[in-house]
Amino acid sequence: MTVSVHDVKIGDTKTDVIWKDLTRTQIVMYAGASGDYNPLHSDERYTVEVAGYPSVFSHGMLSMGASGRVVTDWFGAENVRYYGVRFVNQVWPGDALTATVSVTGIREEAGESLADLSIETVNQDGAPVVTGTAVVVLR
Amino acid sequence: MAVEKFPIEATHIMMFARAIGDENPVFSDPESPEALAAGGIVAPPTFPMAYMQFDDENPLRPKANEPWFGSGKEASGEVRESNGALHAEQSFTYVKPLRPGMILSGTQREGEVWTKASKRGGTLVFTETLTDFHDQDGELVVTARMVGVVPEVVPTKGV
Repeated sequence: MTVSVHDVKIGDTKTDVIWKDLTRTQIVMYAGASGDYNPLHSDERYTVEVAGYPSVFSHGMLSMGASGRVVTDWFGAENVRYYGVRFVNQVWPGDALTATVSVTGIREEAGESLADLSIETVNQDGAPVVTGTAVVVLR
Repeated sequence: MAVEKFPIEATHIMMFARAIGDENPVFSDPESPEALAAGGIVAPPTFPMAYMQFDDENPLRPKANEPWFGSGKEASGEVRESNGALHAEQSFTYVKPLRPGMILSGTQREGEVWTKASKRGGTLVFTETLTDFHDQDGELVVTARMVGVVPEVVPTKGV
Protein backbone atom coordinates (compact mmCIF):
# COMPACT_ATOMS: atom_id res chain seq x y z
CA MET A 1 0.00 0.00 0.00
CA THR A 2 1.50 3.29 -1.03
CA VAL A 3 -0.05 6.69 -1.39
CA SER A 4 1.37 9.29 -3.73
CA VAL A 5 1.91 12.87 -2.64
CA HIS A 6 -0.54 13.77 -5.42
CA ASP A 7 -3.29 11.66 -3.86
CA VAL A 8 -3.62 13.41 -0.51
CA LYS A 9 -4.22 16.94 0.68
CA ILE A 10 -4.50 18.61 4.06
CA GLY A 11 -7.94 17.96 5.51
CA ASP A 12 -8.43 14.53 3.97
CA THR A 13 -10.08 12.30 6.58
CA LYS A 14 -10.95 8.63 7.00
CA THR A 15 -13.16 7.12 9.68
CA ASP A 16 -13.50 3.44 10.47
CA VAL A 17 -15.26 1.30 13.05
CA ILE A 18 -12.64 -0.41 15.20
CA TRP A 19 -14.91 -2.49 17.43
CA LYS A 20 -18.68 -2.82 17.30
CA ASP A 21 -18.75 -4.71 20.59
CA LEU A 22 -15.34 -5.35 22.13
CA THR A 23 -15.25 -8.87 23.53
CA ARG A 24 -13.32 -10.26 26.47
CA THR A 25 -11.95 -12.92 24.13
CA GLN A 26 -10.43 -10.24 21.88
CA ILE A 27 -8.68 -8.80 24.95
CA VAL A 28 -7.41 -12.30 25.84
CA MET A 29 -6.08 -12.64 22.27
CA TYR A 30 -4.14 -9.43 22.76
CA ALA A 31 -2.72 -10.64 26.07
CA GLY A 32 -1.55 -13.84 24.41
CA ALA A 33 0.08 -12.13 21.43
CA SER A 34 1.70 -9.24 23.29
CA GLY A 35 2.85 -11.02 26.43
CA ASP A 36 1.07 -8.56 28.73
CA TYR A 37 -0.86 -11.02 30.90
CA ASN A 38 -1.84 -8.50 33.56
CA PRO A 39 -4.95 -10.11 35.13
CA LEU A 40 -6.68 -6.72 35.03
CA HIS A 41 -7.36 -7.51 31.37
CA SER A 42 -8.54 -11.11 31.58
CA ASP A 43 -9.27 -12.19 35.15
CA GLU A 44 -12.69 -10.86 36.10
CA ARG A 45 -12.59 -12.25 39.62
CA TYR A 46 -9.24 -10.63 40.50
CA THR A 47 -10.13 -7.35 38.79
CA VAL A 48 -13.49 -6.95 40.55
CA GLU A 49 -12.80 -8.48 43.97
CA VAL A 50 -9.20 -7.41 44.57
CA ALA A 51 -8.45 -4.47 42.28
CA GLY A 52 -11.90 -2.91 42.66
CA TYR A 53 -12.78 -2.23 39.03
CA PRO A 54 -16.28 -2.89 37.64
CA SER A 55 -14.88 -5.44 35.16
CA VAL A 56 -11.77 -6.36 33.22
CA PHE A 57 -10.73 -3.71 30.71
CA SER A 58 -8.75 -3.42 27.50
CA HIS A 59 -5.02 -2.94 27.31
CA GLY A 60 -4.39 0.63 26.15
CA MET A 61 -2.08 -0.93 23.60
CA LEU A 62 -4.96 -2.93 22.13
CA SER A 63 -6.85 0.30 21.43
CA MET A 64 -3.69 1.90 20.02
CA GLY A 65 -2.94 -1.11 17.84
CA ALA A 66 -6.50 -1.39 16.57
CA SER A 67 -6.70 2.36 15.85
CA GLY A 68 -3.48 2.11 13.86
CA ARG A 69 -5.36 0.03 11.28
CA VAL A 70 -6.90 3.20 9.84
CA VAL A 71 -3.39 4.57 9.25
CA THR A 72 -1.90 1.35 7.85
CA ASP A 73 -4.92 0.57 5.61
CA TRP A 74 -4.60 4.06 4.14
CA PHE A 75 -0.83 4.57 3.87
CA GLY A 76 0.72 1.12 4.33
CA ALA A 77 2.32 -0.29 7.49
CA GLU A 78 5.75 -0.18 5.82
CA ASN A 79 5.42 3.61 5.44
CA VAL A 80 4.79 4.50 9.09
CA ARG A 81 7.64 6.57 10.56
CA TYR A 82 5.98 7.65 13.77
CA TYR A 83 2.87 6.66 15.69
CA GLY A 84 2.20 8.09 19.14
CA VAL A 85 -0.86 8.37 21.36
CA ARG A 86 -2.14 9.37 24.76
CA PHE A 87 -4.53 7.05 26.56
CA VAL A 88 -7.28 9.34 27.78
CA ASN A 89 -10.09 7.01 28.84
CA GLN A 90 -10.37 3.33 29.65
CA VAL A 91 -11.93 0.89 27.20
CA TRP A 92 -14.31 -1.76 28.53
CA PRO A 93 -15.77 -4.98 27.11
CA GLY A 94 -18.84 -4.08 25.09
CA ASP A 95 -17.44 -0.73 23.99
CA ALA A 96 -17.85 0.35 20.36
CA LEU A 97 -14.87 2.33 19.07
CA THR A 98 -14.53 4.49 15.98
CA ALA A 99 -11.20 5.91 14.79
CA THR A 100 -10.76 9.03 12.67
CA VAL A 101 -7.52 9.92 10.92
CA SER A 102 -6.95 13.31 9.29
CA VAL A 103 -4.10 14.73 7.23
CA THR A 104 -2.83 17.83 9.07
CA GLY A 105 0.32 18.56 7.07
CA ILE A 106 2.37 17.56 4.05
CA ARG A 107 6.10 18.36 3.94
CA GLU A 108 9.42 17.49 2.37
CA GLU A 109 12.24 16.27 4.59
CA ALA A 110 15.59 14.83 3.47
CA GLY A 111 14.24 14.23 -0.04
CA GLU A 112 11.10 12.44 1.14
CA SER A 113 7.48 13.50 1.17
CA LEU A 114 5.88 13.06 4.56
CA ALA A 115 2.30 13.42 5.74
CA ASP A 116 1.44 14.43 9.31
CA LEU A 117 -1.71 12.79 10.63
CA SER A 118 -3.97 13.27 13.62
CA ILE A 119 -5.78 10.31 15.16
CA GLU A 120 -8.73 10.24 17.48
CA THR A 121 -10.62 7.17 18.61
CA VAL A 122 -13.90 7.65 20.42
CA ASN A 123 -16.28 5.28 22.22
CA GLN A 124 -20.04 4.88 21.83
CA ASP A 125 -20.63 7.96 24.01
CA GLY A 126 -18.37 10.10 21.83
CA ALA A 127 -15.68 10.26 24.53
CA PRO A 128 -12.12 10.05 23.23
CA VAL A 129 -10.18 6.98 24.39
CA VAL A 130 -7.01 7.37 22.32
CA THR A 131 -5.69 10.58 20.74
CA GLY A 132 -2.46 10.99 18.89
CA THR A 133 -0.47 11.67 15.76
CA ALA A 134 1.42 9.77 13.08
CA VAL A 135 3.91 10.51 10.34
CA VAL A 136 3.89 8.47 7.10
CA VAL A 137 6.04 8.48 3.98
CA LEU A 138 4.31 9.33 0.71
CA ARG A 139 5.67 7.78 -2.47
CA MET B 1 13.94 -3.89 30.91
CA ALA B 2 16.57 -5.09 28.54
CA VAL B 3 15.87 -7.73 25.93
CA GLU B 4 18.85 -9.48 24.39
CA LYS B 5 16.98 -11.33 21.65
CA PHE B 6 13.57 -10.39 20.29
CA PRO B 7 13.24 -12.46 17.10
CA ILE B 8 10.68 -11.04 14.68
CA GLU B 9 8.76 -14.04 13.37
CA ALA B 10 6.00 -14.24 10.76
CA THR B 11 3.67 -16.39 12.87
CA HIS B 12 3.99 -14.03 15.81
CA ILE B 13 3.16 -11.08 13.53
CA MET B 14 0.09 -12.95 12.24
CA MET B 15 -1.11 -13.64 15.80
CA PHE B 16 -0.49 -10.06 16.86
CA ALA B 17 -2.39 -8.69 13.84
CA ARG B 18 -5.35 -10.98 14.62
CA ALA B 19 -5.23 -9.81 18.23
CA ILE B 20 -5.63 -6.16 17.21
CA GLY B 21 -8.46 -7.15 14.84
CA ASP B 22 -6.48 -6.44 11.69
CA GLU B 23 -6.87 -9.05 8.95
CA ASN B 24 -4.85 -7.22 6.30
CA PRO B 25 -2.88 -10.00 4.50
CA VAL B 26 0.21 -7.77 4.55
CA PHE B 27 0.64 -9.12 8.08
CA SER B 28 0.16 -12.81 7.29
CA ASP B 29 0.46 -13.88 3.64
CA PRO B 30 3.77 -13.17 1.85
CA GLU B 31 2.17 -14.03 -1.53
CA SER B 32 -0.72 -11.58 -1.14
CA PRO B 33 -0.80 -8.50 -3.40
CA GLU B 34 -0.65 -6.36 -0.25
CA ALA B 35 2.55 -8.03 0.98
CA LEU B 36 4.15 -8.07 -2.47
CA ALA B 37 3.48 -4.33 -2.78
CA ALA B 38 4.98 -3.75 0.68
CA GLY B 39 8.17 -5.66 -0.11
CA GLY B 40 7.08 -8.63 2.02
CA ILE B 41 5.37 -9.14 5.34
CA VAL B 42 5.69 -6.20 7.68
CA ALA B 43 4.74 -5.92 11.36
CA PRO B 44 1.99 -3.60 12.62
CA PRO B 45 3.44 -0.35 14.04
CA THR B 46 2.70 -1.31 17.66
CA PHE B 47 4.32 -4.77 17.38
CA PRO B 48 7.46 -3.81 19.36
CA MET B 49 5.32 -4.11 22.52
CA ALA B 50 5.49 -7.89 22.01
CA TYR B 51 9.08 -7.72 23.28
CA MET B 52 7.39 -8.65 26.55
CA GLN B 53 7.31 -12.27 25.35
CA PHE B 54 11.12 -12.25 25.31
CA ASP B 55 11.75 -10.27 28.49
CA ASP B 56 12.87 -12.76 31.15
CA GLU B 57 11.93 -10.26 33.84
CA ASN B 58 8.44 -9.50 32.51
CA PRO B 59 6.43 -9.26 35.76
CA LEU B 60 3.17 -9.59 33.82
CA ARG B 61 3.73 -13.17 32.67
CA PRO B 62 3.03 -16.11 34.99
CA LYS B 63 6.07 -18.32 35.53
CA ALA B 64 6.16 -21.97 36.54
CA ASN B 65 6.33 -22.50 40.30
CA GLU B 66 6.19 -18.78 41.11
CA PRO B 67 3.25 -17.10 42.82
CA TRP B 68 0.94 -15.21 40.49
CA PHE B 69 -1.25 -12.31 41.54
CA GLY B 70 -4.30 -13.30 39.51
CA SER B 71 -7.03 -15.62 40.73
CA GLY B 72 -6.81 -19.37 41.27
CA LYS B 73 -8.71 -20.91 44.15
CA GLU B 74 -8.69 -17.47 45.71
CA ALA B 75 -9.26 -14.10 44.04
CA SER B 76 -5.59 -13.18 44.36
CA GLY B 77 -2.37 -15.08 44.86
CA GLU B 78 -0.24 -12.20 46.10
CA VAL B 79 -0.33 -8.43 46.39
CA ARG B 80 1.83 -6.36 44.07
CA GLU B 81 2.55 -2.73 44.75
CA SER B 82 3.44 -1.79 41.18
CA ASN B 83 -0.08 -2.51 40.02
CA GLY B 84 -1.12 1.11 40.53
CA ALA B 85 0.79 2.36 37.47
CA LEU B 86 -1.25 3.14 34.37
CA HIS B 87 -0.16 3.58 30.78
CA ALA B 88 -0.46 7.28 29.90
CA GLU B 89 1.33 7.64 26.56
CA GLN B 90 3.08 5.46 23.99
CA SER B 91 4.89 6.16 20.76
CA PHE B 92 7.06 4.40 18.19
CA THR B 93 9.60 6.19 15.98
CA TYR B 94 10.72 4.07 13.04
CA VAL B 95 13.95 4.23 11.04
CA LYS B 96 12.84 1.30 8.87
CA PRO B 97 9.92 -1.16 8.84
CA LEU B 98 9.92 -4.16 11.15
CA ARG B 99 10.19 -7.41 9.13
CA PRO B 100 10.30 -11.17 9.83
CA GLY B 101 13.90 -12.35 10.14
CA MET B 102 15.08 -9.37 12.12
CA ILE B 103 16.48 -10.16 15.54
CA LEU B 104 16.16 -7.14 17.77
CA SER B 105 17.89 -6.25 20.98
CA GLY B 106 16.30 -3.65 23.21
CA THR B 107 18.15 -1.25 25.45
CA GLN B 108 16.34 1.00 27.85
CA ARG B 109 17.05 4.63 28.72
CA GLU B 110 15.42 6.53 31.55
CA GLY B 111 13.60 9.60 30.28
CA GLU B 112 12.06 12.52 32.11
CA VAL B 113 9.94 12.53 35.24
CA TRP B 114 7.29 15.20 35.77
CA THR B 115 4.25 15.84 37.92
CA LYS B 116 0.83 17.29 37.30
CA ALA B 117 -1.99 18.19 39.63
CA SER B 118 -4.87 15.76 39.32
CA LYS B 119 -8.50 16.87 39.08
CA ARG B 120 -9.09 15.35 42.51
CA GLY B 121 -6.43 17.48 44.18
CA GLY B 122 -3.65 14.91 44.30
CA THR B 123 -0.45 14.74 42.31
CA LEU B 124 0.16 12.55 39.29
CA VAL B 125 3.73 11.40 38.70
CA PHE B 126 4.65 10.69 35.07
CA THR B 127 7.73 8.62 34.19
CA GLU B 128 9.12 8.35 30.67
CA THR B 129 11.06 5.31 29.47
CA LEU B 130 12.73 5.01 26.08
CA THR B 131 13.71 1.70 24.49
CA ASP B 132 15.94 1.53 21.43
CA PHE B 133 15.57 -1.62 19.33
CA HIS B 134 18.55 -2.47 17.12
CA ASP B 135 18.65 -5.28 14.55
CA GLN B 136 21.32 -8.00 14.29
CA ASP B 137 23.45 -5.66 12.15
CA GLY B 138 23.48 -3.08 14.91
CA GLU B 139 21.18 -0.70 13.04
CA LEU B 140 18.49 1.18 14.92
CA VAL B 141 15.02 0.04 13.76
CA VAL B 142 12.58 1.63 16.16
CA THR B 143 12.53 3.60 19.40
CA ALA B 144 9.62 3.04 21.75
CA ARG B 145 8.64 5.75 24.22
CA MET B 146 6.43 4.82 27.14
CA VAL B 147 4.97 7.13 29.76
CA GLY B 148 3.54 5.59 32.91
CA VAL B 149 1.54 7.50 35.51
CA VAL B 150 1.14 6.76 39.20
CA PRO B 151 -1.38 8.71 41.27
CA GLU B 152 0.07 9.93 44.57
CA VAL B 153 -1.94 10.04 47.75
CA VAL B 154 -4.69 12.66 47.67
CA PRO B 155 -4.10 15.20 50.49
CA THR B 156 -6.62 14.98 53.29
CA LYS B 157 -9.03 17.90 53.44
CA GLY B 158 -8.66 20.34 56.34
CA VAL B 159 -5.03 19.55 57.14
